Amino acid sequence: MMLRIKNLESGYGKLRVLKRISMHVDPGEIVTIIGANGAGKTTLLYTIAGMIKASDGEIVLLGDIISNTKPEKIVAAGCSLVPEGRQVFSTLSVHENLILGGYVQYKRQKQDTKKELQKIYDIFPVLKERENQLAGTLSGGEQQMLSMGRSLMAKPKLIMLDEPSTGLAPLIIKNIFQIILQLQQSGNTVLLVEQNAKAALGISDRGYVLETGKIILQGPAEDLLGNRDVQRAYLGRDVAAEGAVCELD
Amino acid sequence: MTSELFLQYLFAGITYGSIYAIVAIGFNIIYNTTGIINFAQGEFVMLGGMLSISLHTFLPLPLAIAIAVIITMIIGALIEIIFIRWLESPSVLRMIIITIGISILIREAALHVWGEGVRSLPYFNGNEISSIRILSTNVSPQVLWVIGVCAVIVVLLSLFFKFTSLGQEMRACSSNRLAATLCGINTKNMVTLSFMLSAAIGALAGCVVSPITYTQYDSGTGLAIKGFTVAVLGGLGNSMAAVSAGLLLGIIEAFSIDIVPLAFQDAISISILLIILFVRPHGLFGSKEAAGLKEF
Repeated sequence: MMLRIKNLESGYGKLRVLKRISMHVDPGEIVTIIGANGAGKTTLLYTIAGMIKASDGEIVLLGDIISNTKPEKIVAAGCSLVPEGRQVFSTLSVHENLILGGYVQYKRQKQDTKKELQKIYDIFPVLKERENQLAGTLSGGEQQMLSMGRSLMAKPKLIMLDEPSTGLAPLIIKNIFQIILQLQQSGNTVLLVEQNAKAALGISDRGYVLETGKIILQGPAEDLLGNRDVQRAYLGRDVAAEGAVCELD
Repeated sequence: MTSELFLQYLFAGITYGSIYAIVAIGFNIIYNTTGIINFAQGEFVMLGGMLSISLHTFLPLPLAIAIAVIITMIIGALIEIIFIRWLESPSVLRMIIITIGISILIREAALHVWGEGVRSLPYFNGNEISSIRILSTNVSPQVLWVIGVCAVIVVLLSLFFKFTSLGQEMRACSSNRLAATLCGINTKNMVTLSFMLSAAIGALAGCVVSPITYTQYDSGTGLAIKGFTVAVLGGLGNSMAAVSAGLLLGIIEAFSIDIVPLAFQDAISISILLIILFVRPHGLFGSKEAAGLKEF
């Protein structure tokens, strides 16, 4: 099992955001977590990445308990987070951004940086064109790609994406989701957090629905897409009302 | 103005300019990893001078300087570990006030240890009156020491930040600490390292200038203001620009003696600081584009 979370509790100070969350991700899967604003999606990813300490429960990555491990150790253990809002090194060049992403592997002398860099440029050709530009001058979509590329440089076994489609044009969102599928095909495991539930579930194997810090629903992506409650709450479709319209016809 | 006098002023300007540049680079290093201005930077220069003077009473000069630099470096690390490290995402303003507090603390401690007396290291080569003839003017060999040491520091540093992985990691911390952590970089250690590096550079500068400018418990304050002016003039975070800006300020000050009384020298650099902050806050050589992406 890639990732297993058991009875996880976490939050900010006294504020308890996650309430006894249990979930798992199998190798090679794309798993999506959907939920409204404030449901705790980002908190969950930050807790897995070690940026927030878990107050209870355990997180197991590839058989090792990583709850309350320092974030840099978790990256080294093979779990990378692509944070919401890109978070690129805006005053550094695209090339330098990517090199820093491979920092963990470079430190262990395990990686031919040039070869790895070429792989990233193959996935994101636009980054090659912008190689020497300051990352802060890229467009939103390009920054998202850079952020993903930078995480991939660490050769993660599990890559977590926090709202990769936020603030992007529909065409670019499509492109980003295609790349996520591509990542899965080349053997990566993906844990995806999205507000854009339809697109995310469309490419996923399984999904979890998070509401006020609890998992209220889980299952194969198609089942969730077909679920009435999910459709009403997250897909913007009121099935009952649509049915009524049909009857009138 | 005779050509001899002109050269005399020019060399004085370059000498002081190099010192300002070194102090500014110290500011830049810490700014580059933390995004804050360490107002205790001048105190590192004073500590370097004072420690080497004390150590030189029983140690040979090179050894005294080396140990003074190392001690200052350790003090720099301790300051970071004690006052800065444990803060959880502090605001820029809070960090600035902390560093001002640290500078006062160091100054007062130095007053207790060394008293108010003015001290200095001996000249590295020759003495007060020995001189080397360059072009048509005489300069003290110490002037060449100052310029030389500054040049070496600048070159080594820029190589360090551009080409070593440690240097790049430090720049990454400066650009985005959250992202640096997610890349697996231990950001807290990078900050400690930047304090050590700029303390060492400040201390070394304090040693080489001591024979010319003398050292006193509060000599860091003036240097900090000049260094800050230069750092802003060049564009915060840009060490190469700090060198040009430092030389510029040094030369302006040196030639101003010909026009306004010596007492107004400090007023000139403060005026330049104000003008720059109003007109070109990203500095003479900084790009507006890059400055816009910075938090402070």
